[in-house]
Amino acid sequence: MSARDEILRRVREAVAGLDPDPDPVVAPVGATTADPVAHFAERVADYRAVVVRVVAQGLAQAVAEAIPAGERVVVPPGLAEEVRAGVPEAIVDDGLTAADLDAVDAVVTACRVGIAETGTLVLDHTEDQGRRALTLVPDRHVCVVRADQVVADVPDAVALLDPDRPLTWISGPSATSDIELDRVEGVHGPRQLHVIVVDTEG
Amino acid sequence: MTGTFVGMPAFPEAARAALADTQLRHNLAHATATIRGKRAAVVGEVEDWESLRLAGAAVKDRALRDLDQQLVTLEEQLTARGATVHWARDAAEANAIVADVARAHAVEEVVKVKSMVTQEIGLNEALEAEGIAAWETDLAELIVQLGEDLPSHILVPAIHRNRAEIRDIFRRRMATAGRPAPADLTDEPAVLAAAAREHLREKFLRAKMAVSGANFAVADTGTLVVVESEGNGRMCLTLPEVLVSVVGIEKVVPTWAELDPLLRLLPRSSTGERMNPYTSTWSGVTPGDGPQEVHVVLLDNGRSRALADDVGRQALRCIRCSACLNVCPVYERTGGHAYGSVYPGPIGAILNPLLKGTGVDEQTDALPYASSLCGACFEACPVRIDIPEVLVELRSQVVDSHREDRVPKPETAAMRGAGWMFGDAARWARLGRVSGLVGRVLGRVGGRAGPGGRRTLSRLPGPAAAWTDARDLPAPPRESFRAWWRRTDGRLDEEDQGR
Repeated sequence: MSARDEILRRVREAVAGLDPDPDPVVAPVGATTADPVAHFAERVADYRAVVVRVVAQGLAQAVAEAIPAGERVVVPPGLAEEVRAGVPEAIVDDGLTAADLDAVDAVVTACRVGIAETGTLVLDHTEDQGRRALTLVPDRHVCVVRADQVVADVPDAVALLDPDRPLTWISGPSATSDIELDRVEGVHGPRQLHVIVVDTEG
Repeated sequence: MTGTFVGMPAFPEAARAALADTQLRHNLAHATATIRGKRAAVVGEVEDWESLRLAGAAVKDRALRDLDQQLVTLEEQLTARGATVHWARDAAEANAIVADVARAHAVEEVVKVKSMVTQEIGLNEALEAEGIAAWETDLAELIVQLGEDLPSHILVPAIHRNRAEIRDIFRRRMATAGRPAPADLTDEPAVLAAAAREHLREKFLRAKMAVSGANFAVADTGTLVVVESEGNGRMCLTLPEVLVSVVGIEKVVPTWAELDPLLRLLPRSSTGERMNPYTSTWSGVTPGDGPQEVHVVLLDNGRSRALADDVGRQALRCIRCSACLNVCPVYERTGGHAYGSVYPGPIGAILNPLLKGTGVDEQTDALPYASSLCGACFEACPVRIDIPEVLVELRSQVVDSHREDRVPKPETAAMRGAGWMFGDAARWARLGRVSGLVGRVLGRVGGRAGPGGRRTLSRLPGPAAAWTDARDLPAPPRESFRAWWRRTDGRLDEEDQGR
């Protein structure tokens, strides 16, 4: 008997007599807040990420200010023009190798969803966010979030996201607590996370 | 490179050695107290934590109730998205599958994101035997691997090490595994983490193959989920050309939407954060992004045995958060090594016997007794595994499995003797008279006064000495109850008043 058949047989015998439950479990609703965008900004900052809020006209300048002079920047091919304008010298990713990415200092991307309650950015790696490696290897990640992309809590995000796409949920910079449970920012992922929240109104 | 738990002494003996190690107890007490405080604060923020726990338990139960169907769906969906699915009955089969993939690509090293299941099956040692180096990339796992040590906690495997010990390990060992530690390495956590970053980055950039586990496997979308903090997981899941994920069959979540309560429960319960820094999800192969060859090994290794246990089945809900370890008074004093397994603490005390079976080896049989049954683990568990209930059930299974032993355990012999004594009234009366005689002698010569003035014996002779190591034994009364009743007809006399 193949391993597959034998495992399935053992499992079938183990659950014989149990009634399957056909209906998905409905979890309690998530947290809500009067001002999700402010809540999001506060929660992201709590992870020692840098958070700035701008109006649309200030976006390019905010992006430029997020990157120290002289840093080499990479951007995904589909990044919106109003964001690109902040980093005119940026290299556009056309399938750079991991070693190439290791030689750049920063990356600027959009995101798919922001989660207020947990201070989380979710990337679904479409054209304005780029491949997964892009936001991983460089040491500084500048991420632009539109206020209308911010949802209240995890269930709202799960409902919006497409599981067929690879997803990366980011909550603050890379961190470890493995040494005496002292939190240290910056291990293998970006050590600096810079979040620019673009207020949709005005 | 790492040690193994094979041949570890049973819990009582291993625990005694751990209790004598004051540095270990200090490191553990500090770590568990810190994490308990963080967890309590973020759990307190959630308005309806109890409903969330119930939902998390219900999702995992729903997956387990028709696990055969769920697994078939998972396989279909993974295959449809370009992954290759393998099935492994046990550790040897799983290890052979991973080694085959490595050989097919002629790789001599693989990078690994921390995974309980690959520790469970001893993958690193199996690959080493094939001439393939497996590099652990989680900071704590790196410390354990370089130190040729064993993990002692599910979440923080090097919890038993302090910063000075970690600096020594890096200084001594990093050069043998790749980039050496910098000469000016201090014991600051930030400096140690930076050294690990430099050491591992060269490995990430050149690795052709990675091995991971998965926190969850969503059946209806074929999605695997890995939850981590450092970004080493993202490195392994993204940069190499080939990815092999070893997934226990109990990791199934039926639908994408049902991930939600688990993602809300896990980080708060485990690291005491609202959300962990990185969660990665992927379904098969994504053209142009990440590994272009993806393998998933679905592993049984005792899980179907646990699933067949009506009381123990709930242990398969476990999402490996380690909250039960951090609240356990036994774990806090003995540390993880005493449990002799990659799954230590209260969950390990039930998971190991459920996976391996009772009556198989002494080490596993000791685990259901490695608990005071205080119940703190059940309170902390985000998916409401009633660990004390399972412990009690497993204790009875351990006893049952030894009923036919040719050489009974001392406890069994004592209980058989007691059964013989209680079985016959005349026998019992005779024993009462003997016991009274013994009591009169011992009451006069031995022991010291216990509560109520009764004499107690602090040390029994011979094999029974183990019983009195941690307990006082009351001296037998000078007169049996029956004799006293015959003499007084149930009325207190002067002699009784004076006792």
